[in-house]
Amino acid sequence: MDFTYTETQDMIRDTLARFLSDTYDFETRQKFINGDGGRDPAIWTALAQELGMLGAPFAEEHGGLGGGALENAIVMEELGKVIGIEPYLPTVVIAGGALKAVGGAQADAMIPEIIAGNAIVAFAYAEPQGRYDLANLRTTAKKDGAGYLLNGHKGVVYAAPWATHLLVTARTGGGQRDKDGVSLFLIDANLPGIVRRDYPTVDGSRASEIYFENVAIPGDALLGGEGAGLPLVEQIVDEATVAVCAEATGVMQKLHEGTLEYTQQRKQFGVPIAKFQVLQHRMVDMFMEVEQARSMTIMGTLKLGLPANERMAAVSAAKNKVARGANFVGQNAIQTHGGIGITQELAIGHYFKRATMIESQFGSADFHMDRYERITLAD
Amino acid sequence: MDMEFSPEDLAFQQEVRQFIAENYPAELRGKQDEGEELSKEDFLAWHKILHKKGWIAPAWPVEYGGTGWTPTQRFIWSEETARADCIRLMPFGLAMVGPVIYSFGTPEQKAHFLPRILSGEDWWCQGYSEPGSGSDLASLRTTAVRANDSGGDDYIVNGQKTWTTLAQHADWGFFLVRTDKDAKQQEGISFLLIDMKSPGITVRPIITLGGEHEVNEVWLEDVRVPVSQRVYEENKGWTCAKFLLAHERTGIAGVAASKRGIEKVKDIARTELDGDKPLIANAFFKRKLAELEVDLTALEFTELRSLAGANAGKGPGPESSLLKIKGSEIQQRLTELTLEAVGHYGAPYFRGFGEGDNEHPIGPDYAHRAAPTYFNMRKTTIYGGSNEIQRNIIAKMVLGL
Repeated sequence: MDFTYTETQDMIRDTLARFLSDTYDFETRQKFINGDGGRDPAIWTALAQELGMLGAPFAEEHGGLGGGALENAIVMEELGKVIGIEPYLPTVVIAGGALKAVGGAQADAMIPEIIAGNAIVAFAYAEPQGRYDLANLRTTAKKDGAGYLLNGHKGVVYAAPWATHLLVTARTGGGQRDKDGVSLFLIDANLPGIVRRDYPTVDGSRASEIYFENVAIPGDALLGGEGAGLPLVEQIVDEATVAVCAEATGVMQKLHEGTLEYTQQRKQFGVPIAKFQVLQHRMVDMFMEVEQARSMTIMGTLKLGLPANERMAAVSAAKNKVARGANFVGQNAIQTHGGIGITQELAIGHYFKRATMIESQFGSADFHMDRYERITLAD
Repeated sequence: MDMEFSPEDLAFQQEVRQFIAENYPAELRGKQDEGEELSKEDFLAWHKILHKKGWIAPAWPVEYGGTGWTPTQRFIWSEETARADCIRLMPFGLAMVGPVIYSFGTPEQKAHFLPRILSGEDWWCQGYSEPGSGSDLASLRTTAVRANDSGGDDYIVNGQKTWTTLAQHADWGFFLVRTDKDAKQQEGISFLLIDMKSPGITVRPIITLGGEHEVNEVWLEDVRVPVSQRVYEENKGWTCAKFLLAHERTGIAGVAASKRGIEKVKDIARTELDGDKPLIANAFFKRKLAELEVDLTALEFTELRSLAGANAGKGPGPESSLLKIKGSEIQQRLTELTLEAVGHYGAPYFRGFGEGDNEHPIGPDYAHRAAPTYFNMRKTTIYGGSNEIQRNIIAKMVLGL
């Protein structure tokens, strides 16, 4: 047993942390998230070309750093610490994960584009009626000659306004909630018939409602087998779920540190409020949640390679624990700050907003507890 | 002991329902349903209707314009207005400075200010908290010094207040200021009424997490305030402040509004899908909703017991801290359940309907304010004396620790 990071992993963390502390201070972040495009494209380019960071989980033959899920977790945690809105999750973790899983010509063509920072991929999987069920799909892809015709509506697609490509789940067969008949497509984001309505999200990112209106997509956009895509989708979403657990760990750590710092500065009744035992115990509880989030993220990440049921149970356990922890740490960070915590001015509130959205991303605490119970406590 | 309304109470309830149904402004209802940001005029529309009817200040003594209702009738009133989703009346005049003025003010102050509070002519704001004085309110540093040039008839006020709710609309503010630097903290404070148009006052917005402009910083630089605008004795302002805080806490349980809130969450959960069933059929969600309802019932009956005490002539005591703590926690859980219910559609940030922006918000109507409201309502366990302070009050005043 060994929970230490390799030299390369330490290097990835240190390099990224240094870069982000130089480029991603809170004021700079606020400036670009509130600007027209909602991001600073130069940061993405630098992550790719100066740091090689977008290659973290990819094989060396594709030009990557030869890592995997642990490297993704490291990057996501560091992004969490600065509440980064860079589309690493959909592009590198999710689309990259799908490409690694299918391999072949599609991976050979696309992974180098991701590593170089040329491709940004948004993951269009959620639908208004579907909640967190990955198979609940009304979007359809009908065979049309050598390709498909795509129709449907995808909701709250993070990073879609910035995307060069979309990773789309659609039905090529079966009924709305059937396990069979789900297919995964990687398509150009600017194909005719794709209509987007873009908007900011409450946690500082950008997203879109996407409407596919008879979008003609080529046959080689299909990743994996036609109609047999659900296991692949479940796998990449599990990888994404532990990645947001890692991000949450970074967010929660900052919420906790910010609270510790504030309570030592803020004086009421003639003493720093950190002297009050009721607040000390609360901050100890927050600390314990941060530590456990880190533990569960590592647990979930290490178990991603297990057979599907074991993997899902582990990921759901991690997400459930992290969601509850993010809720507790976020709410108590704000409460302990008092009024100042609710203003846009201070970073702490923005960490709270991201922590809140992570709670339900890829499934709420309840959703994952339910999945965990169904797998591990079946009678 | 019984919990039935008397026939008179039931008749009153009918009268109230009918009045609301016939008089609540339809335009205001529409704006509320759409989640639009409300203007000063919107806030005042319902106020003015109630003033005309003579129902604007049920809690006030009749001689100052109160309705003479029993506490039970007042309870029915707050239940019915919440049930009908009527807009909240601004408390700063009606529930805060009004009672201070009729309890502690001079005849001139009563004659001038009370009718204007009732009519809505003056919008009031509260100048209490300061950047360095939150929970420890008595440490406030804004000073008021007697001016020499006018023979001592004016105070010159300097300092900074914060979290001043809707001060951008205010005509008048009531301020706690330090008039004796050498006295013990609570003994050197005075309660001043200040015209917000006075030279030297600057109001700066504070934008909160949901993007709202609800609170402000108020800067006071050499603001001249006639001594005649001080309520009660010099250096005795803390008495007014404590009186007012107790008043602020009684309304804060928000039982009626939370009941209405639970109905709204149920409606959402009946509409939202979870697989092939409505979300309300989800065992986890249903359990949380039921627990919330049970806790709200506990709060309701605790408030009713306290109300029965008020019927018997007892004023609000330190047990009102219990109502504040539990009431605010329930309000927050409601917003949390709403956010949970709307799923993915909690994420789109709806900036509100700006000038000429008629674009429909993303997702279902009930979703677009879910996250901002959740963020914003974290304030309820912080304002009006944080819940930590309320627990200190119970420990000290109720448990005698």
